[in-house]
Parts: sequence; structure tokens; C-alpha cells
Amino acid sequence: MHRPADLPRWVYLPAVAGTIFVVLPLVAIAIKVDWLNFWSLVTSPDSRTALLLSLKTASASTALCVVLGVPMALVLARSRLQAVRLLRPLILLPLVLPPVVGGIALLYAFGRLGLIGQYLEVAGISVAFSTTAVVLAQTFVSLPFLVISLEGAARTAGSDYEVVAATLGARPSGVWWRVTLPLLFPGMVAGAVLAFARSMGEFGATLTFAGSRQGVTRTLPLEIYLQRVNDPDAAVALSILLVAVAALVVLGLGARRLAGTEAR
Amino acid sequence: MRRIGVLAGLVSTMLVGGLIACSSNQSPQGNRIVVFAAASLKPAFTEIGEQFKTDNPGIAVEFSFAGSSDLATQLTQGATADVFASADTTQMSTVAKAGLLDTNPTNFASNTLIIVTSVGNPKHIGSFADLTNPGLSVVICQQKVPCGSATRRIEDSTGVRLNPVSEELSVTDVLNKVTTGQADAGLVYVTDALNAGTRVTPIRFPEAAGAVNVYPIAVLKKAAHPALAEKFVAMVTSEAGQKILDRSGFGKP
Repeated sequence: MHRPADLPRWVYLPAVAGTIFVVLPLVAIAIKVDWLNFWSLVTSPDSRTALLLSLKTASASTALCVVLGVPMALVLARSRLQAVRLLRPLILLPLVLPPVVGGIALLYAFGRLGLIGQYLEVAGISVAFSTTAVVLAQTFVSLPFLVISLEGAARTAGSDYEVVAATLGARPSGVWWRVTLPLLFPGMVAGAVLAFARSMGEFGATLTFAGSRQGVTRTLPLEIYLQRVNDPDAAVALSILLVAVAALVVLGLGARRLAGTEAR
Repeated sequence: MRRIGVLAGLVSTMLVGGLIACSSNQSPQGNRIVVFAAASLKPAFTEIGEQFKTDNPGIAVEFSFAGSSDLATQLTQGATADVFASADTTQMSTVAKAGLLDTNPTNFASNTLIIVTSVGNPKHIGSFADLTNPGLSVVICQQKVPCGSATRRIEDSTGVRLNPVSEELSVTDVLNKVTTGQADAGLVYVTDALNAGTRVTPIRFPEAAGAVNVYPIAVLKKAAHPALAEKFVAMVTSEAGQKILDRSGFGKP
């Protein structure tokens, strides 16, 4: 076994401090949970409706992220066009944008009076206050997560196999389906998992863009925000549920896949 | 290398120390009173605060404006302030029940609901019942927040059941949905409609009188300057203070 070089000892101090800083709030909320009534709190009709809506919308936006994000990531990783390189920071902007700002921006694009929204409205398509609006908001904030993680994987993997496949006579589409995608499958899963987790937690953009109506647009984070006023116990229980879902997703799939793609 | 390590350690110590110093600055000290006030009070209280500073030279007033329920939660979780002004009696009694009040709450203002529509009222809404017109997208506050409970009281007293496209978590969210044109109409407080100015068209309706929100104010037990805090409360209830509140759209308590 090769022993990695020793880190200087002082590095452990901020590392431990950082770890405590991240873990402590989660421990605090776990302590606060009324575990005796946990089940009844999270299975109340309001909570169930919100959780179900969150799972549905997060799945839909993850699918949308994969359909749009995989080609985006590959173009970013492989294209040598100057324009693509200039576009890259713009595409990744939602990553650092406050979600509320994202929501406002979506409003002015797809809202009833928005840039595109006004024409959609005329065509009889109204996304305002619909579940579609929630999916749009979630996709907007999650897409860069998938793109950035998959782009990294695609760069590390390189395009040697594709070149070989092409020299053997495979058409570009054939290479895409039979070489590129299978090779990048772990990276895709990791990106999709990240996008799903981000969508589950989406709050600001949803609230600003989609509104809050039970069973239609009120996702789990919105329900938590609402419950916290009158029923803090339920809010805490739901928060833990969201933490659990996120942890399951990240631990069960994400972390391993991410590590796998990094190592290649 | 060793020196860099020591340096990094120093920097992180300074960072943490800085954080601690910042947080200790938050507690009331010196000649400063801290006022926790409902978000809807922002324009009026900012003006009253300026007046208070001119009347009491050398005294600073620091405001924390947020939803009353958020402020009540912060107070019951140990935040320190001199004065609490709530947008409804429910949140004030939450704080009172926690034994955090120094004086009995005084009601100093009231607020009523009003319909706001897109500019020019293109959907011709004339009454509360009109909000149920087909093809109209109406937003209201969720029942659990104060403006939502007022809406529900009006629904109950009139027997008119609204079918909103969204039940927002705060009154500003309702207003935002109307000013951006997402919704045709919404129910907000008179003061919010006044704040929005020409970006909405306000429509008064008589049934609003059936759901008036009363604003109470009180000095907190943990006040660093109880005398100054009482002076501020006196100013809010004084004629000058009432005039400012009236200009912001508030009614008499």
C-alpha cells in the first residue's frame, strides 16, 4: 500500500472546525425532532401532498436536465468554437445566482407578460401558477449542476474511443449512442443525482415564479416554510425528511459515482 | 513552509475572531435602541425613527423589519431587542406568553385588506364577490399567515369562497404577483397598496371592515434601555407618530 504524503498537522484544525460547522446544525435539527410523533407529522395530508409533488416535479426536472444538459455538457467539453467558450460562464450562471433572482428572471421570460410568456399566453399556453412553472424553476437552477459535473467527466475521459470508433467507420450518431453515452454513464448518473437533489430543495425560484398552491405548486420546502409559523414541530419533521432524502441520494449514489468519475 | 502554516492559522483565528466580534456588535449597547417591527411598518417606522433621533440627539435607533411571526420566533429563541411592534395580536401574545414583555402591549395602528389589480383594472373588478369571476387569476395569502387569516375571515363573513391560483406565504409575494402581471388581482393591506404606488390599482371594498388587523407595541423585558424604549413607544402613539402612520395608510387602532 502506498502511503499518501502526510498533511501538515495544523491543516486538521480548520478541517475539523469546518466539519463541525457543517454537521452541527444537522445534529441540532435532529435533536429538535419530536420523534414520538414523527410519523404522524410527516404523513399528515398536507405533508404527503407536498412530498409527492416534490418527488414528481424533481423527477420531471431531472429528466429535462438530462435531455438538455447531456448534449450541453458534451458541446462544452468538446467544441473548439470561440463562441462556446464565451457562452460557458453564462450557462453556469444560475449556479451562483440567488434563486430568488432566478425566479424573477423566469417571471420576466415565461410570466404572463414576459418576453416569451406573452406569446405563449396568446397561443393559449399558460405556465403561470402551474406545476409546469415549478418544473421550469427547478430545471433552471439544477441544469448547471448536471452540466458542470458531466462536462468535467467528459473532459477527463477524453475522446480517444470516439476517434477510434470514427476511424473504424462509425457515423457520429452511432458514436454518440454506442460509445460516448455508455462511457459517460456514471457521470450522467452523478449529474442527474445532483440535479434531483437540487430540485428537491428548490425554494426561492419556485416561490417567486410559481406561487404556492397545495398539490399544484406548493413543494416540500414551501410547505416547511409555511408550517414553521404555526406548527414548528411539523416543519422540523419535514425538514429532517428532506435532509434524509438528500442524504440518501448523495450517499447512496452520488458520492460513489462522483468519486468514480474523478478517479478515471 | 512552517511560517505559512502559522500565518494560515493566524488568518483563520482572525476570521473566527472577526465573526465573534461582529455578532457581539449586534446586541444593544451604548446609546442605541433596537426595535423589532413588522415588515409592513418599514416606511412609517423609518420616518418615526428619524424624528426620534432629532428629538433625542446622540441616540441611535436600529430596526429589524421582518414578518411578525419570524420576529416572535427570534425573540422566543433568545434575540435581544428593546421594542417589539407586531402586525397582529397573535404574535404579540406568543411573546407575552413567553414572559418577555416589560410593559402591557398598546395598540397603535390598524390595517385593513384591499383589492389590488393590474394597472387600470382591465378585468373590471368592483367588489369582493367579483374576485370569483370566471377566468380571473386571484392570489391571496395562505391562511396561516396574518393577511391570509384576515382574508379567510372576510370569506367567512361574506360567504364568498375565493378560488385562488396561489396562496402566497407573505403579503409581499401577493403584491409581487400582481405588479408583475402574473395574477389579475390580489388581496393585500392598504399600506402595501399605497407602497406599490402606480404599479397597481387599488379597489376598496366595504367587507374589509370585518377583518381589521390591530398592531400592538410593547417594551421588552431584556431591553438594554427601558426608559428610551418607553420614549419610543410614546412617540409612536403620540399625535406626531400617528400622523406619520396615517400617511402610510394605517388606520386608528
